[in-house]
Amino acid sequence: MKRINSQTDLENIRDTILRQRDIFTKNIRICNTGCRARKSLKVSVALSQEIKARELADTVAIKETGCHGFCELGPILVIEPENIFYCRVKAEDIPEIISETILGGRVIKRLLWQDPQSGPVTCERDLPFYREQKKHVSGNCGKIDPTNIEDYIVNNGYAALSKVLTTMSSNKVVDTVISSGLRGRGGGGFPAGIKWRICASAPGDVKYIIANGDEGDPGAFMDRSLMEGDPHSIIEGMIIGAFAIGASKGFLYVREEYPIAIEHLTIAIRQAEEYGLLGDNILGTDFSLSLGINKGAGAFVCGEETALMVSIEGKSGTPRSRPPYPAFEGLFGKPSVLNNVESFANITQIFRNGAAWYSDIGTQGSKGTKIFSLVGKVKNTGMVEVEMGTTLRKIIFDIGGGIRNSRNFKAVQTGGPSGGCIPISKIDMPVDYDSLREAGAIMGSGGMIVMDETSCMVDVARYFLNFLLFESCGKCVPCREGLKQMHTIMTNICEGRGEEGDMELLSELARFMTTASLCGLGGTAGNPVLSTIRYFKNEYEAHIFDKKCSAGVCKNLFAYEIDENLCNGCTLCAVKCPEGAVSGVKKKPHTIDIENCIKCGICFSLCKQEAIKVV
Amino acid sequence: MKIPIIIDGRMVQVEQGTMIIEAAGKADIVIPTLCHHEAVKPYGSCRLCMVEVEQNKQRRLVTSCNSPVDNSGMEVFTDTARVRQIRRSIIELLLARCPDVPVLQTMARQMGIESSRLKKKGDKQCILCGLCVRFCEEVVGVGAIGLANRGTEREVTTPFNTGSAVCIGCGSCSYICPTGCIEMVPDKLDPRLRTLTMGLLSLPECSSNFQCDSCATNGEFLNEMRRVVSEFRSLSEKTPS
Repeated sequence: MKRINSQTDLENIRDTILRQRDIFTKNIRICNTGCRARKSLKVSVALSQEIKARELADTVAIKETGCHGFCELGPILVIEPENIFYCRVKAEDIPEIISETILGGRVIKRLLWQDPQSGPVTCERDLPFYREQKKHVSGNCGKIDPTNIEDYIVNNGYAALSKVLTTMSSNKVVDTVISSGLRGRGGGGFPAGIKWRICASAPGDVKYIIANGDEGDPGAFMDRSLMEGDPHSIIEGMIIGAFAIGASKGFLYVREEYPIAIEHLTIAIRQAEEYGLLGDNILGTDFSLSLGINKGAGAFVCGEETALMVSIEGKSGTPRSRPPYPAFEGLFGKPSVLNNVESFANITQIFRNGAAWYSDIGTQGSKGTKIFSLVGKVKNTGMVEVEMGTTLRKIIFDIGGGIRNSRNFKAVQTGGPSGGCIPISKIDMPVDYDSLREAGAIMGSGGMIVMDETSCMVDVARYFLNFLLFESCGKCVPCREGLKQMHTIMTNICEGRGEEGDMELLSELARFMTTASLCGLGGTAGNPVLSTIRYFKNEYEAHIFDKKCSAGVCKNLFAYEIDENLCNGCTLCAVKCPEGAVSGVKKKPHTIDIENCIKCGICFSLCKQEAIKVV
Repeated sequence: MKIPIIIDGRMVQVEQGTMIIEAAGKADIVIPTLCHHEAVKPYGSCRLCMVEVEQNKQRRLVTSCNSPVDNSGMEVFTDTARVRQIRRSIIELLLARCPDVPVLQTMARQMGIESSRLKKKGDKQCILCGLCVRFCEEVVGVGAIGLANRGTEREVTTPFNTGSAVCIGCGSCSYICPTGCIEMVPDKLDPRLRTLTMGLLSLPECSSNFQCDSCATNGEFLNEMRRVVSEFRSLSEKTPS
């Protein structure tokens, strides 16, 4: 491959690739990252074999893409130019798709997504899940082949970099980021441009640019989807950042548990180097940057800025006390800028479309769009990108389709383990950095876990404390010892040993940790406790004083009972009970022997009459 | 360049870049700490030295061991209600972990803590301040011990929990330890060498956190430490292993 040495070279290459692609009349996009969990690789192989067997390879292009977002329905396959959206596709469906849709032009109804109200929907763009989203940053995910740089270049890739390197000074780049209003997407929400400015003006010849891809929140996968689905947008943003601060070496810190992300980023770096977009004299200019990938060994705390840098240095990942701030003394003691991978992908958008375009999106204090991973008891789970300021209701009910199994919404947990639980009363709250903070939660990196009435909020807080206790590095006293004590109190409450004063002690410890901890992990670890006490105090009181868990989660605090008016004596519960604790005669109401019941919940989930109650 | 700073209403002149904790010492204001020592780099793990700093009409909490004095007109408060509350909470938490450590008991008494309200009690002697580890690495230059594991499992130990091949037995870890949980005993095979064990207390309690004159945590102490270290180093070089 010829190196790209100027803006003109880049444009010529784009035209050449476009001309080569004119021959295809159809383009089949199939997710081959997240959907692998649902055997998309088999579908993909079947598709290539079928195309080859029918000698369609000259007219039908297959594109193995990153995540389409609607993970609930995987494997997902989209046929262009008609924009036909097929979901839950199996390898056996492929011959039919080729003969019916590709050759026959007919839509296969059973593979379409079914709207609960209006029936099947044919086009991807008409799905409510996509219609309400603003896919800018994740726009390429599911559209391009992440392992092929040409796909990225065709979609305006590296145009922003070329504009920056040929027409802008590093000061101008920093100013642009500041005026865009971009706030760091890793969770803290610190203005990215300010961070860049401090580092750019810090004394020293050697500086580093670092991307944080160590996404560790339970249930979060937006960074992963971005790294897997559009690695070049992150790399392009990093090169722009390196130019702005004057770095010639950069690191991508990605957790080991993301093999596809590492593979795609490795390929992307190699291809960018081959094309002269990375390495020495990028785009024929004087600017050079080399990028390396560091694999995290699975410690949640390494997502923290200073711990991540210490980890790259080869030491055990524990945060370092600030000051000195990393912008002055970061990696290897040199001025460093660390941003989340999503922040870098935002940077690419800012320079592709302009700071004014960017700052028009979003709210007063939070600009642009934000990617969330919408999971939990919601109908449509997946990766979602919305404008800042979109209400929770829109995300959960319009995009997410509401709560599963016609249950009721209880709370949404945002911001990962250090976030907070937001109740129904705040469902119309706009989602941005400041509103979330006011509500006692945080943006975090963008996890969103939806809970219904079968979730016990005390148990949820205990779960997150347990996670944090396991992941705390143990360096500072408030986090290490505070979490241990809070977890003990919380476990006592959940097991029926709660006492008067526990809630007050929990709040005191949580607030103390917030002010006194060394890093962000301890500094936000009190949030799950504080927000659940704030919004679900009645549940705590029921646990502590009445020894009751109405959600039926804390096993010591409830019992199952069969409502004899609803039970029709189908015997299903009696047959399935592993302890033989259900007895009764066929077609007569059954009863549960509380002494033998282990509260496994099998009868509860199986009963079609909903006759089994939590008491 | 010397700059003025106001600490608890008292003005002191210190070099720019001096850490607040040391500047306070110049004004005879003792800020309690369990993980800081002038011989090693600031670490900021015990959080006991937190103070309130007012700058540009904004008050915030900082750890005084790693926050340098600057000439922006900062004012420091080391004895506010917030600061006292944080200290009490830290001591209460540490006392729950290590109920039998004298230095913690003394501090608790001074702060008026009768007993810890926390239920989960430990039986540890080590508060994980990391002073021994940092001293061994930064002052002695050996790095025979380190902090292993994570969170509540964190502990000071040698690599792979086996006898250290690089320990020179200088005893600095034992000396620097604020809770006295590293003991020096004569080596069974070679009495000229000493072996370190993590065990019971070996140093007398010091009411001022080993920072009083008798503890000699000053230049003389450091020079003595270096002398002992080099002596042991040359001895261990001569001794065939």
